[in-house]
Amino acid sequence: MVIKIFRNFFKRIFSNIFKNKKEIKLGFYGPPNAGKTSLANRICKDFTGEGIGKISKIPHETRSVQFKEKVVIEYKGKKMLFKMIDTPGIATRIDYEKFLKYKIKKKEAKKRAKEATQGVIESIKWLDDMDLVVIVLDSTENPYNQVNITIIGNLVARKIPVLIVANKVDLKKSDIKKIEAAFPEYEVVGISARYGKNLEEFYESIFKLSKKI
Amino acid sequence: MKKKSENFGKIKGFSIQFLPYSEIRDLGSNERIKKILKIVLGNNILILQGKLMAEEEARLIGDTMAMIGYVKNFKGIELAVISGNGNEGFFGRMRKGIVNSLSRGDLGAITIIGPATIVKEIKRNPKKIELLLNG
Repeated sequence: MVIKIFRNFFKRIFSNIFKNKKEIKLGFYGPPNAGKTSLANRICKDFTGEGIGKISKIPHETRSVQFKEKVVIEYKGKKMLFKMIDTPGIATRIDYEKFLKYKIKKKEAKKRAKEATQGVIESIKWLDDMDLVVIVLDSTENPYNQVNITIIGNLVARKIPVLIVANKVDLKKSDIKKIEAAFPEYEVVGISARYGKNLEEFYESIFKLSKKI
Repeated sequence: MKKKSENFGKIKGFSIQFLPYSEIRDLGSNERIKKILKIVLGNNILILQGKLMAEEEARLIGDTMAMIGYVKNFKGIELAVISGNGNEGFFGRMRKGIVNSLSRGDLGAITIIGPATIVKEIKRNPKKIELLLNG
């Protein structure tokens, strides 16, 4: 009995000491072309000097899950250790013909479409492994998309904290209020991953949410 | 004479099928998704009373993605769920919760699922829903 009490006591002390050293798995989710890789790149470049993946105007550029480990984000004197996980955009339909519009040859377009479908499956599988998720939405697009609702629903079911990012606020068509109205229960941070606009508020929200893990 | 089920999936054009929640209430997730896929792969737009669980929706997306390239002409699905906006107030939410637990599902919701070859887009905003079909 006494040994058990002592063991639990030391276990608690040690777990508290190393609690803040744990790598938080930070996932970037959202529909294709919302700017997930752009945001993940921006953060990785700011804190490690190198990006996580290639970006492009063509949808489904990220077709497999990409990682960057041991990213230490420093904000207002505080440091946190993250494993960044950039996921392929989730869609309910993928048509190779869509890629032909970007002057991609038919054979390559078909290959791309096949990889993109695998990417969606991979993204869904990874939902179970996240500690914290940033949902990146294009603030120039209609947020009432079932994919967004499905992703959030799955995260809520798994009790994973969620931050919604309204990206592309530098564009004229951007409408953050529409995103806030669509997801009134969540904090929405408007940013421009391309120009690094409003990232301070983003980091503040990430640090705040990390406490909920 | 061929059975009706044998003709399933051979309909030219498309049809709209309504599925009451009672048809899926007692099914497990696998059977629910199987039933839905059978309807959608048969070139039908499905209007389902109620909604799937979030995990089932994700599973449905994953399963349909795995079919692209393997099922002829299949390009995925379009999916939309219409349900309350959550602004019902405390008693409204409580009443809804009791009704949902008694019926074992959100009967106030409607789920629309259609094959992407037929449904071009489901446009949604808080006040209306538009089903755009491929011409």
